[in-house]
Amino acid sequence: MTEIVSLDWLALTVFVPLLGAVLSFLVPRIAPQIGLMTLALAGLCVTMLALQVIPGGPVIVALGGWGAPLGLDLRADGLAIIMLGMNVLVGGFVSLGALDTFSARHAGEESARMRRYFWPLWLLLLCGLNGAYLSTDIFNLYVMIEVIALAAIGLTVLTGRLDAMRAGLEYMFASMLGALLFLMAVGLAYLQAGRLDFAGLAVHAGEPAMMLAFALMLVGLALKTALFPLHFWLPNAHASASAPASALLSGLVLKASLYILLRFWVEIFGPGERIGMLVGAMGTGAIIWGSVQALRTQRLKLLVAWSTVAQIGLICVAFALAGTIGAQTAWQGAVLLMVAHAVAKAAMFLAAGRIAQETGHDRIADLDRSHLRPTLAQFAFALAAISLIGLPPSAGFAGKWLLMEGAMRAGAWIWVVVAMAGTLFSVAYLSRPLIGFLRFDRAPDPVGEHHGWAIADAPPLMLAVIAVISGLVAVQIIGVISIGAPFGAVP
Amino acid sequence: MNLDATMPDTGVIFGLAGILVFGIGLFGALSLRDSLRRVLALKLCGVGASFILIVAAWRGPGLAADPVPHALVITGIVVMVSATAVALALIRRIHSLENGRDD
Repeated sequence: MTEIVSLDWLALTVFVPLLGAVLSFLVPRIAPQIGLMTLALAGLCVTMLALQVIPGGPVIVALGGWGAPLGLDLRADGLAIIMLGMNVLVGGFVSLGALDTFSARHAGEESARMRRYFWPLWLLLLCGLNGAYLSTDIFNLYVMIEVIALAAIGLTVLTGRLDAMRAGLEYMFASMLGALLFLMAVGLAYLQAGRLDFAGLAVHAGEPAMMLAFALMLVGLALKTALFPLHFWLPNAHASASAPASALLSGLVLKASLYILLRFWVEIFGPGERIGMLVGAMGTGAIIWGSVQALRTQRLKLLVAWSTVAQIGLICVAFALAGTIGAQTAWQGAVLLMVAHAVAKAAMFLAAGRIAQETGHDRIADLDRSHLRPTLAQFAFALAAISLIGLPPSAGFAGKWLLMEGAMRAGAWIWVVVAMAGTLFSVAYLSRPLIGFLRFDRAPDPVGEHHGWAIADAPPLMLAVIAVISGLVAVQIIGVISIGAPFGAVP
Repeated sequence: MNLDATMPDTGVIFGLAGILVFGIGLFGALSLRDSLRRVLALKLCGVGASFILIVAAWRGPGLAADPVPHALVITGIVVMVSATAVALALIRRIHSLENGRDD
Protein backbone atom coordinates (compact mmCIF):
# COMPACT_ATOMS: atom_id res chain seq x y z
CA MET A 1 0.00 0.00 0.00
CA THR A 2 2.70 2.43 0.99
CA GLU A 3 5.27 3.59 -1.49
CA ILE A 4 8.37 5.61 -0.74
CA VAL A 5 9.48 8.13 -3.32
CA SER A 6 12.26 10.66 -3.03
CA LEU A 7 10.70 13.93 -4.20
CA ASP A 8 7.40 14.44 -5.91
CA TRP A 9 4.07 16.18 -5.76
CA LEU A 10 3.89 15.76 -2.01
CA ALA A 11 7.00 17.78 -1.27
CA LEU A 12 6.12 20.26 -4.01
CA THR A 13 2.77 20.91 -2.31
CA VAL A 14 4.73 22.47 0.56
CA PHE A 15 7.63 24.03 -1.32
CA VAL A 16 5.79 25.65 -4.24
CA PRO A 17 3.95 28.11 -1.93
CA LEU A 18 7.21 28.83 -0.10
CA LEU A 19 8.95 29.64 -3.37
CA GLY A 20 5.98 31.76 -4.41
CA ALA A 21 6.15 33.67 -1.11
CA VAL A 22 9.83 34.49 -1.60
CA LEU A 23 9.37 35.49 -5.24
CA SER A 24 6.34 37.68 -4.58
CA PHE A 25 8.26 39.43 -1.82
CA LEU A 26 11.29 40.03 -4.07
CA VAL A 27 9.28 41.19 -7.09
CA PRO A 28 6.30 43.07 -5.62
CA ARG A 29 5.38 44.55 -9.01
CA ILE A 30 4.05 41.23 -10.27
CA ALA A 31 3.13 39.77 -6.87
CA PRO A 32 -0.54 39.15 -7.80
CA GLN A 33 0.48 37.23 -10.92
CA ILE A 34 2.97 35.19 -8.90
CA GLY A 35 0.29 34.57 -6.29
CA LEU A 36 -2.27 33.27 -8.75
CA MET A 37 0.34 31.20 -10.55
CA THR A 38 1.43 29.67 -7.22
CA LEU A 39 -2.15 28.85 -6.32
CA ALA A 40 -2.63 27.20 -9.70
CA LEU A 41 0.56 25.18 -9.29
CA ALA A 42 -0.37 24.21 -5.72
CA GLY A 43 -3.75 23.12 -7.05
CA LEU A 44 -1.99 21.00 -9.64
CA CYS A 45 0.25 19.43 -6.97
CA VAL A 46 -2.71 18.58 -4.76
CA THR A 47 -4.62 17.14 -7.73
CA MET A 48 -1.70 14.96 -8.77
CA LEU A 49 -1.21 13.88 -5.17
CA ALA A 50 -4.89 13.01 -4.91
CA LEU A 51 -4.60 10.96 -8.10
CA GLN A 52 -1.78 9.03 -6.42
CA VAL A 53 -3.50 8.58 -3.07
CA ILE A 54 -7.06 7.81 -4.12
CA PRO A 55 -6.27 4.64 -6.06
CA GLY A 56 -3.02 3.67 -4.32
CA GLY A 57 -3.40 4.49 -0.64
CA PRO A 58 -1.30 6.81 1.56
CA VAL A 59 1.94 8.26 0.18
CA ILE A 60 4.96 8.80 2.40
CA VAL A 61 8.00 10.91 1.52
CA ALA A 62 11.15 10.86 3.63
CA LEU A 63 12.66 14.30 3.07
CA GLY A 64 16.29 14.07 1.98
CA GLY A 65 16.13 10.30 2.24
CA TRP A 66 16.13 10.43 6.06
CA GLY A 67 13.19 8.52 7.43
CA ALA A 68 11.72 8.53 10.95
CA PRO A 69 12.81 8.55 13.73
CA LEU A 70 15.73 10.84 12.85
CA GLY A 71 14.45 12.45 9.65
CA LEU A 72 11.16 13.99 8.71
CA ASP A 73 8.44 12.02 7.02
CA LEU A 74 5.69 13.75 5.10
CA ARG A 75 2.60 11.65 4.73
CA ALA A 76 -0.54 12.15 2.67
CA ASP A 77 -3.61 10.07 3.39
CA GLY A 78 -7.22 10.70 2.41
CA LEU A 79 -7.85 13.10 5.28
CA ALA A 80 -4.79 15.17 4.39
CA ILE A 81 -5.88 15.25 0.74
CA ILE A 82 -9.28 16.66 1.71
CA MET A 83 -7.68 19.36 3.88
CA LEU A 84 -5.17 20.26 1.14
CA GLY A 85 -7.99 20.42 -1.38
CA MET A 86 -9.85 22.76 0.98
CA ASN A 87 -6.73 24.97 1.17
CA VAL A 88 -6.31 25.40 -2.55
CA LEU A 89 -10.02 25.67 -3.31
CA VAL A 90 -10.83 28.30 -0.69
CA GLY A 91 -7.41 29.92 -1.11
CA GLY A 92 -7.83 30.15 -4.87
CA PHE A 93 -11.16 31.94 -4.68
CA VAL A 94 -10.01 34.22 -1.87
CA SER A 95 -6.98 35.11 -4.02
CA LEU A 96 -9.31 36.12 -6.84
CA GLY A 97 -11.24 38.26 -4.38
CA ALA A 98 -7.98 39.77 -3.14
CA LEU A 99 -7.12 40.81 -6.69
CA ASP A 100 -9.93 43.35 -6.49
CA THR A 101 -9.55 44.31 -2.82
CA PHE A 102 -5.85 45.07 -3.25
CA SER A 103 -6.00 46.21 -6.88
CA ALA A 104 -3.93 49.14 -8.09
CA ARG A 105 -7.00 51.36 -8.64
CA HIS A 106 -7.17 52.04 -4.92
CA ALA A 107 -4.75 54.90 -4.54
CA GLY A 108 -2.83 55.79 -1.39
CA GLU A 109 0.11 54.65 0.65
CA GLU A 110 -1.88 52.20 2.77
CA SER A 111 -3.32 50.47 -0.24
CA ALA A 112 0.12 50.18 -1.81
CA ARG A 113 1.49 48.57 1.37
CA MET A 114 -1.38 46.13 1.56
CA ARG A 115 -0.93 45.27 -2.10
CA ARG A 116 2.73 44.65 -1.52
CA TYR A 117 2.58 42.49 1.58
CA PHE A 118 -0.64 40.53 1.14
CA TRP A 119 0.76 38.03 -1.34
CA PRO A 120 4.00 37.04 0.43
CA LEU A 121 2.13 36.63 3.73
CA TRP A 122 -0.69 34.62 2.21
CA LEU A 123 1.65 32.32 0.27
CA LEU A 124 3.75 31.77 3.39
CA LEU A 125 0.55 30.94 5.23
CA LEU A 126 -0.34 28.42 2.52
CA CYS A 127 3.10 26.84 2.88
CA GLY A 128 2.56 26.44 6.64
CA LEU A 129 -0.98 25.10 6.25
CA ASN A 130 -0.01 22.54 3.62
CA GLY A 131 3.00 21.53 5.72
CA ALA A 132 0.85 21.05 8.81
CA TYR A 133 -1.54 18.72 6.99
CA LEU A 134 1.33 16.55 5.75
CA SER A 135 3.51 16.40 8.89
CA THR A 136 3.91 13.20 10.84
CA ASP A 137 6.05 14.39 13.73
CA ILE A 138 5.29 16.82 16.50
CA PHE A 139 8.29 19.08 16.16
CA ASN A 140 7.66 19.69 12.49
CA LEU A 141 4.13 20.56 13.52
CA TYR A 142 5.45 23.05 16.07
CA VAL A 143 7.43 24.82 13.35
CA MET A 144 4.45 24.75 11.00
CA ILE A 145 2.05 26.25 13.53
CA GLU A 146 4.57 29.02 14.16
CA VAL A 147 4.86 29.70 10.42
CA ILE A 148 1.07 29.77 10.21
CA ALA A 149 0.80 32.04 13.24
CA LEU A 150 3.37 34.60 12.09
CA ALA A 151 1.85 34.80 8.60
CA ALA A 152 -1.66 34.99 10.05
CA ILE A 153 -0.70 37.82 12.39
CA GLY A 154 0.81 39.69 9.45
CA LEU A 155 -2.47 39.31 7.58
CA THR A 156 -4.44 40.47 10.63
CA VAL A 157 -2.57 43.77 10.92
CA LEU A 158 -2.28 44.33 7.17
CA THR A 159 -4.66 47.30 7.16
CA GLY A 160 -2.33 49.14 9.55
CA ARG A 161 -5.26 50.62 11.51
CA LEU A 162 -4.96 50.94 15.27
CA ASP A 163 -7.84 48.58 16.07
CA ALA A 164 -6.39 45.90 13.79
CA MET A 165 -2.95 46.41 15.38
CA ARG A 166 -4.33 45.98 18.90
CA ALA A 167 -6.33 42.92 17.90
CA GLY A 168 -3.26 41.56 16.13
CA LEU A 169 -1.13 41.99 19.25
CA GLU A 170 -3.72 40.18 21.34
CA TYR A 171 -3.73 37.40 18.73
CA MET A 172 0.06 37.38 18.83
CA PHE A 173 0.14 36.84 22.61
CA ALA A 174 -2.47 34.08 22.45
CA SER A 175 -0.69 32.44 19.57
CA MET A 176 2.79 32.63 21.12
CA LEU A 177 1.51 31.22 24.39
CA GLY A 178 -0.25 28.40 22.54
CA ALA A 179 2.92 27.58 20.62
CA LEU A 180 5.05 27.63 23.77
CA LEU A 181 2.70 25.28 25.57
CA PHE A 182 3.03 23.07 22.52
CA LEU A 183 6.83 23.31 22.63
CA MET A 184 6.84 22.40 26.32
CA ALA A 185 4.73 19.38 25.47
CA VAL A 186 7.16 18.42 22.71
CA GLY A 187 9.96 18.48 25.29
CA LEU A 188 8.04 16.31 27.74
CA ALA A 189 7.04 13.86 25.02
CA TYR A 190 10.64 13.54 23.83
CA LEU A 191 11.80 13.08 27.40
CA GLN A 192 9.39 10.21 27.81
CA ALA A 193 9.46 8.53 24.41
CA GLY A 194 12.75 9.64 22.81
CA ARG A 195 10.82 9.93 19.57
CA LEU A 196 8.91 12.68 17.82
CA ASP A 197 6.98 10.81 15.13
CA PHE A 198 3.33 9.91 15.69
CA ALA A 199 3.89 6.14 15.56
CA GLY A 200 6.79 6.27 18.02
CA LEU A 201 4.81 8.38 20.48
CA ALA A 202 1.66 6.29 20.21
CA VAL A 203 3.52 3.39 21.83
CA HIS A 204 3.87 5.43 25.01
CA ALA A 205 0.30 6.74 25.11
CA GLY A 206 -1.27 6.63 28.53
CA GLU A 207 1.95 7.11 30.49
CA PRO A 208 1.71 10.00 32.99
CA ALA A 209 4.31 12.24 31.31
CA MET A 210 2.58 11.72 27.97
CA MET A 211 -0.78 12.66 29.48
CA LEU A 212 0.77 15.83 30.85
CA ALA A 213 2.21 16.55 27.40
CA PHE A 214 -1.19 15.97 25.88
CA ALA A 215 -2.84 18.31 28.38
CA LEU A 216 -0.38 21.06 27.45
CA MET A 217 -0.96 20.45 23.75
CA LEU A 218 -4.69 20.45 24.24
CA VAL A 219 -4.61 23.86 25.92
CA GLY A 220 -2.14 25.26 23.37
CA LEU A 221 -4.15 24.06 20.39
CA ALA A 222 -7.45 25.14 21.94
CA LEU A 223 -5.91 28.60 22.31
CA LYS A 224 -4.95 28.61 18.64
CA THR A 225 -8.29 27.21 17.49
CA ALA A 226 -10.13 29.75 19.67
CA LEU A 227 -12.12 27.09 21.49
CA PHE A 228 -14.25 28.62 24.24
CA PRO A 229 -13.18 29.92 26.78
CA LEU A 230 -9.87 30.57 24.98
CA HIS A 231 -11.53 32.37 22.09
CA PHE A 232 -11.08 35.90 23.50
CA TRP A 233 -8.64 37.02 20.80
CA LEU A 234 -10.65 35.86 17.80
CA PRO A 235 -13.60 38.23 17.26
CA ASN A 236 -11.59 41.45 17.15
CA ALA A 237 -8.74 39.95 15.14
CA HIS A 238 -11.02 38.46 12.50
CA ALA A 239 -13.37 41.41 12.35
CA SER A 240 -10.74 44.13 12.03
CA ALA A 241 -8.71 42.50 9.25
CA SER A 242 -9.37 43.19 5.58
CA ALA A 243 -12.00 40.96 3.96
CA PRO A 244 -9.71 38.49 2.15
CA ALA A 245 -7.49 38.22 5.23
CA SER A 246 -10.53 37.52 7.45
CA ALA A 247 -11.69 34.88 5.01
CA LEU A 248 -8.31 33.13 5.19
CA LEU A 249 -8.01 33.50 8.98
CA SER A 250 -11.48 32.22 9.73
CA GLY A 251 -11.74 29.70 6.92
CA LEU A 252 -8.33 28.09 6.84
CA VAL A 253 -6.06 29.06 9.75
CA LEU A 254 -8.26 27.75 12.58
CA LYS A 255 -8.72 24.43 10.80
CA ALA A 256 -4.99 23.65 10.98
CA SER A 257 -4.84 23.57 14.78
CA LEU A 258 -8.16 21.74 14.94
CA TYR A 259 -6.79 19.15 12.50
CA ILE A 260 -3.62 18.71 14.56
CA LEU A 261 -5.69 18.19 17.69
CA LEU A 262 -7.81 15.63 15.85
CA ARG A 263 -4.75 13.76 14.58
CA PHE A 264 -3.17 13.68 18.05
CA TRP A 265 -6.41 12.50 19.56
CA VAL A 266 -6.86 9.65 17.10
CA GLU A 267 -3.31 8.65 16.24
CA ILE A 268 -1.27 9.23 19.40
CA PHE A 269 -2.91 9.88 22.69
CA GLY A 270 -6.42 8.47 22.63
CA PRO A 271 -7.29 10.23 25.89
CA GLY A 272 -10.20 8.85 27.80
CA GLU A 273 -13.85 9.70 27.59
CA ARG A 274 -13.60 12.23 30.39
CA ILE A 275 -11.32 14.55 28.45
CA GLY A 276 -13.56 14.09 25.43
CA MET A 277 -16.49 15.20 27.55
CA LEU A 278 -14.50 18.22 28.68
CA VAL A 279 -13.78 19.28 25.09
CA GLY A 280 -17.41 18.63 24.20
CA ALA A 281 -18.47 20.83 27.10
CA MET A 282 -16.10 23.57 25.93
CA GLY A 283 -17.66 23.22 22.47
CA THR A 284 -21.11 23.59 24.00
CA GLY A 285 -19.95 26.70 25.81
CA ALA A 286 -18.59 28.02 22.52
CA ILE A 287 -21.92 27.43 20.77
CA ILE A 288 -23.87 29.24 23.47
CA TRP A 289 -21.49 32.12 24.10
CA GLY A 290 -20.57 32.64 20.44
CA SER A 291 -24.22 32.65 19.44
CA VAL A 292 -25.28 35.02 22.20
CA GLN A 293 -22.52 37.45 21.22
CA ALA A 294 -23.45 37.10 17.54
CA LEU A 295 -27.02 37.98 18.48
CA ARG A 296 -25.89 41.06 20.41
CA THR A 297 -23.23 42.56 18.19
CA GLN A 298 -23.89 45.64 16.09
CA ARG A 299 -21.42 44.99 13.30
CA LEU A 300 -21.79 42.56 10.44
CA LYS A 301 -18.14 41.43 10.45
CA LEU A 302 -18.21 40.87 14.21
CA LEU A 303 -21.34 38.78 13.79
CA VAL A 304 -19.56 36.61 11.23
CA ALA A 305 -16.52 36.34 13.53
CA TRP A 306 -18.62 35.32 16.57
CA SER A 307 -20.35 32.79 14.40
CA THR A 308 -16.93 31.25 13.81
CA VAL A 309 -16.54 30.79 17.59
CA ALA A 310 -19.89 28.98 17.71
CA GLN A 311 -19.17 26.82 14.66
CA ILE A 312 -15.77 25.73 15.99
CA GLY A 313 -17.61 24.70 19.16
CA LEU A 314 -19.99 22.56 17.11
CA ILE A 315 -17.11 20.77 15.39
CA CYS A 316 -15.50 20.07 18.78
CA VAL A 317 -18.61 18.18 19.90
CA ALA A 318 -17.16 15.28 17.88
CA PHE A 319 -14.39 14.93 20.46
CA ALA A 320 -16.98 14.05 23.08
CA LEU A 321 -17.90 11.00 21.02
CA ALA A 322 -14.33 9.69 20.71
CA GLY A 323 -14.01 6.11 21.88
CA THR A 324 -17.71 5.38 21.52
CA ILE A 325 -19.32 3.22 18.88
CA GLY A 326 -20.32 6.32 16.95
CA ALA A 327 -16.82 7.79 16.95
CA GLN A 328 -15.94 7.11 13.34
CA THR A 329 -19.14 8.63 12.01
CA ALA A 330 -18.70 11.63 14.29
CA TRP A 331 -15.09 12.20 13.11
CA GLN A 332 -16.21 12.07 9.49
CA GLY A 333 -18.93 14.56 10.32
CA ALA A 334 -16.40 16.81 12.04
CA VAL A 335 -14.09 16.80 9.01
CA LEU A 336 -17.00 17.56 6.68
CA LEU A 337 -18.04 20.39 8.99
CA MET A 338 -14.49 21.77 8.95
CA VAL A 339 -14.45 21.84 5.15
CA ALA A 340 -18.01 23.18 4.94
CA HIS A 341 -17.21 25.92 7.44
CA ALA A 342 -14.03 26.87 5.57
CA VAL A 343 -15.87 27.31 2.28
CA ALA A 344 -18.97 28.99 3.70
CA LYS A 345 -17.13 31.27 6.11
CA ALA A 346 -14.67 32.44 3.47
CA ALA A 347 -17.65 33.24 1.23
CA MET A 348 -19.36 35.04 4.07
CA PHE A 349 -16.38 37.21 5.01
CA LEU A 350 -15.76 38.12 1.38
CA ALA A 351 -19.46 38.95 0.94
CA ALA A 352 -19.49 41.00 4.16
CA GLY A 353 -16.45 42.87 2.87
CA ARG A 354 -18.23 43.62 -0.41
CA ILE A 355 -21.34 44.79 1.42
CA ALA A 356 -19.29 47.12 3.62
CA GLN A 357 -17.45 48.39 0.55
CA GLU A 358 -20.64 49.16 -1.37
CA THR A 359 -22.82 50.56 1.40
CA GLY A 360 -19.96 52.30 3.18
CA HIS A 361 -20.68 50.76 6.61
CA ASP A 362 -21.27 47.39 8.23
CA ARG A 363 -23.82 48.31 10.92
CA ILE A 364 -26.43 45.57 11.01
CA ALA A 365 -29.15 47.93 12.18
CA ASP A 366 -28.70 50.22 9.16
CA LEU A 367 -28.65 47.52 6.50
CA ASP A 368 -32.37 47.98 5.88
CA ARG A 369 -32.07 51.76 5.76
CA SER A 370 -29.65 51.72 2.88
CA HIS A 371 -30.85 52.54 -0.59
CA LEU A 372 -27.82 50.72 -1.95
CA ARG A 373 -28.26 46.98 -2.11
CA PRO A 374 -25.18 45.03 -3.26
CA THR A 375 -27.46 42.25 -4.42
CA LEU A 376 -24.98 39.60 -5.44
CA ALA A 377 -22.92 39.96 -2.28
CA GLN A 378 -26.09 39.70 -0.20
CA PHE A 379 -27.15 36.64 -2.17
CA ALA A 380 -23.74 35.05 -1.56
CA PHE A 381 -24.07 35.85 2.15
CA ALA A 382 -27.47 34.16 2.26
CA LEU A 383 -26.21 31.05 0.46
CA ALA A 384 -23.26 30.80 2.83
CA ALA A 385 -25.71 31.13 5.72
CA ILE A 386 -27.63 28.12 4.36
CA SER A 387 -24.50 26.00 4.65
CA LEU A 388 -23.57 27.32 8.09
CA ILE A 389 -27.07 26.69 9.40
CA GLY A 390 -26.94 23.21 7.86
CA LEU A 391 -29.86 23.11 5.46
CA PRO A 392 -29.82 20.42 2.76
CA PRO A 393 -28.12 19.93 0.33
CA SER A 394 -25.17 21.87 1.78
CA ALA A 395 -22.01 20.23 3.09
CA GLY A 396 -22.85 21.77 6.46
CA PHE A 397 -26.02 19.69 6.47
CA ALA A 398 -24.17 16.47 5.64
CA GLY A 399 -21.53 17.12 8.32
CA LYS A 400 -24.07 17.93 11.00
CA TRP A 401 -26.13 14.89 10.02
CA LEU A 402 -23.13 12.59 10.43
CA LEU A 403 -22.19 14.19 13.73
CA MET A 404 -25.70 13.66 15.07
CA GLU A 405 -25.81 10.14 13.67
CA GLY A 406 -22.59 9.38 15.54
CA ALA A 407 -24.11 10.75 18.73
CA MET A 408 -27.27 8.72 18.22
CA ARG A 409 -25.30 5.52 17.62
CA ALA A 410 -23.41 6.13 20.82
CA GLY A 411 -26.69 6.79 22.57
CA ALA A 412 -25.36 10.17 23.67
CA TRP A 413 -28.52 12.18 23.15
CA ILE A 414 -27.18 15.21 24.93
CA TRP A 415 -24.87 15.95 21.96
CA VAL A 416 -27.76 15.66 19.53
CA VAL A 417 -29.50 18.31 21.58
CA VAL A 418 -26.36 20.47 21.55
CA ALA A 419 -26.04 20.21 17.76
CA MET A 420 -29.73 21.06 17.34
CA ALA A 421 -29.39 24.03 19.68
CA GLY A 422 -26.39 25.21 17.64
CA THR A 423 -28.52 25.02 14.50
CA LEU A 424 -31.34 27.03 16.04
CA PHE A 425 -28.91 29.63 17.35
CA SER A 426 -27.29 29.99 13.92
CA VAL A 427 -30.69 30.50 12.31
CA ALA A 428 -31.39 33.22 14.87
CA TYR A 429 -28.20 35.23 14.48
CA LEU A 430 -27.80 34.79 10.73
CA SER A 431 -31.34 35.97 10.09
CA ARG A 432 -30.45 39.36 11.59
CA PRO A 433 -28.49 40.53 8.52
CA LEU A 434 -30.78 38.60 6.17
CA ILE A 435 -33.78 40.54 7.46
CA GLY A 436 -31.81 43.73 6.88
CA PHE A 437 -31.08 42.70 3.31
CA LEU A 438 -34.72 41.94 2.54
CA ARG A 439 -36.50 44.86 4.22
CA PHE A 440 -37.09 47.76 1.90
CA ASP A 441 -39.73 49.85 3.69
CA ARG A 442 -37.27 51.72 5.91
CA ALA A 443 -35.00 53.01 3.16
CA PRO A 444 -35.30 56.81 2.96
CA ASP A 445 -34.51 56.96 -0.77
CA PRO A 446 -36.00 54.70 -3.37
CA VAL A 447 -34.12 51.44 -3.56
CA GLY A 448 -32.91 50.34 -6.92
CA GLU A 449 -30.03 52.63 -7.64
CA HIS A 450 -27.67 49.97 -8.73
CA HIS A 451 -23.93 50.31 -8.65
CA GLY A 452 -23.40 47.42 -11.00
CA TRP A 453 -22.08 43.99 -10.28
CA ALA A 454 -18.38 43.94 -9.86
CA ILE A 455 -16.06 41.09 -10.70
CA ALA A 456 -15.31 41.06 -6.97
CA ASP A 457 -18.77 39.57 -6.38
CA ALA A 458 -17.79 36.42 -8.25
CA PRO A 459 -15.47 34.78 -5.64
CA PRO A 460 -17.88 34.95 -2.69
CA LEU A 461 -20.74 33.85 -4.88
CA MET A 462 -18.81 30.92 -6.31
CA LEU A 463 -17.64 29.85 -2.84
CA ALA A 464 -21.19 30.12 -1.49
CA VAL A 465 -22.58 28.06 -4.37
CA ILE A 466 -19.91 25.42 -3.76
CA ALA A 467 -20.78 25.43 -0.05
CA VAL A 468 -24.41 24.74 -0.85
CA ILE A 469 -24.01 22.09 -3.53
CA SER A 470 -20.98 20.29 -2.06
CA GLY A 471 -23.28 18.29 0.19
CA LEU A 472 -24.19 16.36 -2.96
CA VAL A 473 -20.68 14.90 -3.12
CA ALA A 474 -20.46 14.30 0.65
CA VAL A 475 -20.39 10.53 0.12
CA GLN A 476 -17.41 10.86 -2.22
CA ILE A 477 -15.62 13.18 0.21
CA ILE A 478 -16.13 10.66 3.02
CA GLY A 479 -14.83 7.95 0.70
CA VAL A 480 -11.62 9.94 0.25
CA ILE A 481 -11.34 10.70 3.97
CA SER A 482 -11.43 6.99 4.74
CA ILE A 483 -8.33 6.24 2.61
CA GLY A 484 -5.61 5.09 4.97
CA ALA A 485 -8.24 4.68 7.71
CA PRO A 486 -7.32 7.76 9.76
CA PHE A 487 -10.09 6.99 12.24
CA GLY A 488 -9.50 3.27 12.46
CA ALA A 489 -11.05 0.45 10.47
CA VAL A 490 -14.75 0.38 9.68
CA PRO A 491 -16.53 -1.41 12.53
CA MET B 1 12.66 5.53 30.48
CA ASN B 2 10.93 6.80 33.54
CA LEU B 3 11.03 10.39 34.77
CA ASP B 4 11.80 9.85 38.44
CA ALA B 5 13.56 6.46 38.61
CA THR B 6 16.38 6.47 36.07
CA MET B 7 16.96 10.18 35.49
CA PRO B 8 20.15 11.35 37.21
CA ASP B 9 19.97 14.16 39.76
CA THR B 10 21.27 16.84 37.43
CA GLY B 11 18.49 16.03 35.02
CA VAL B 12 15.83 16.31 37.70
CA ILE B 13 17.18 19.66 38.86
CA PHE B 14 17.28 21.00 35.33
CA GLY B 15 13.84 19.61 34.56
CA LEU B 16 12.25 21.12 37.66
CA ALA B 17 14.01 24.41 36.99
CA GLY B 18 12.65 24.37 33.45
CA ILE B 19 9.12 23.76 34.68
CA LEU B 20 9.51 26.47 37.31
CA VAL B 21 10.81 29.02 34.80
CA PHE B 22 8.03 28.08 32.40
CA GLY B 23 5.51 28.52 35.21
CA ILE B 24 6.85 31.96 36.15
CA GLY B 25 6.65 32.99 32.51
CA LEU B 26 3.13 31.62 32.20
CA PHE B 27 2.01 33.47 35.31
CA GLY B 28 3.52 36.67 33.95
CA ALA B 29 1.97 36.27 30.51
CA LEU B 30 -1.46 35.82 32.05
CA SER B 31 -1.28 38.44 34.80
CA LEU B 32 0.73 41.32 33.36
CA ARG B 33 -0.95 44.11 31.42
CA ASP B 34 2.00 45.95 29.92
CA SER B 35 2.70 44.60 26.42
CA LEU B 36 6.47 44.68 26.72
CA ARG B 37 6.43 42.80 30.00
CA ARG B 38 4.13 40.20 28.50
CA VAL B 39 6.60 39.65 25.67
CA LEU B 40 9.36 39.17 28.22
CA ALA B 41 7.19 36.75 30.20
CA LEU B 42 6.59 34.73 27.06
CA LYS B 43 10.32 34.70 26.41
CA LEU B 44 10.72 33.16 29.88
CA CYS B 45 8.26 30.45 28.89
CA GLY B 46 10.41 29.79 25.87
CA VAL B 47 13.51 29.45 28.05
CA GLY B 48 11.68 27.02 30.33
CA ALA B 49 10.63 24.86 27.39
CA SER B 50 14.20 24.90 26.06
CA PHE B 51 15.39 23.69 29.47
CA ILE B 52 13.15 20.65 29.19
CA LEU B 53 14.51 19.89 25.73
CA ILE B 54 18.07 20.20 26.99
CA VAL B 55 17.27 17.80 29.82
CA ALA B 56 15.94 15.39 27.23
CA ALA B 57 19.39 15.44 25.58
CA TRP B 58 21.19 14.49 28.81
CA ARG B 59 22.19 10.82 28.86
CA GLY B 60 24.31 10.76 31.98
CA PRO B 61 27.79 11.82 33.09
CA GLY B 62 30.57 11.14 30.59
CA LEU B 63 28.19 10.26 27.79
CA ALA B 64 27.69 12.28 24.62
CA ALA B 65 24.43 14.23 24.59
CA ASP B 66 21.59 13.31 22.26
CA PRO B 67 21.91 15.81 19.39
CA VAL B 68 18.24 15.77 18.37
CA PRO B 69 16.89 17.91 21.25
CA HIS B 70 19.79 20.34 20.72
CA ALA B 71 18.69 20.77 17.12
CA LEU B 72 15.17 21.35 18.39
CA VAL B 73 16.33 24.00 20.86
CA ILE B 74 18.18 25.85 18.10
CA THR B 75 15.07 25.76 15.91
CA GLY B 76 13.01 26.92 18.85
CA ILE B 77 15.37 29.83 19.44
CA VAL B 78 15.11 30.90 15.79
CA VAL B 79 11.33 30.73 15.95
CA MET B 80 11.24 32.71 19.21
CA VAL B 81 13.54 35.39 17.80
CA SER B 82 11.27 35.93 14.82
CA ALA B 83 8.13 35.88 16.94
CA THR B 84 9.65 38.36 19.41
CA ALA B 85 10.69 40.64 16.55
CA VAL B 86 7.15 40.65 15.17
CA ALA B 87 5.68 41.31 18.63
CA LEU B 88 8.09 44.19 19.30
CA ALA B 89 7.43 45.71 15.88
CA LEU B 90 3.69 45.55 16.56
CA ILE B 91 4.07 47.13 20.00
CA ARG B 92 6.18 49.94 18.59
CA ARG B 93 3.73 50.60 15.78
CA ILE B 94 0.79 50.68 18.21
CA HIS B 95 2.74 53.05 20.44
CA SER B 96 3.42 55.46 17.60
CA LEU B 97 -0.17 55.28 16.33
CA GLU B 98 -1.49 56.00 19.82
CA ASN B 99 0.77 59.01 20.22
CA GLY B 100 -0.03 60.32 16.78
CA ARG B 101 3.44 60.36 15.35
CA ASP B 102 5.16 58.21 12.82
CA ASP B 103 8.49 56.90 14.03
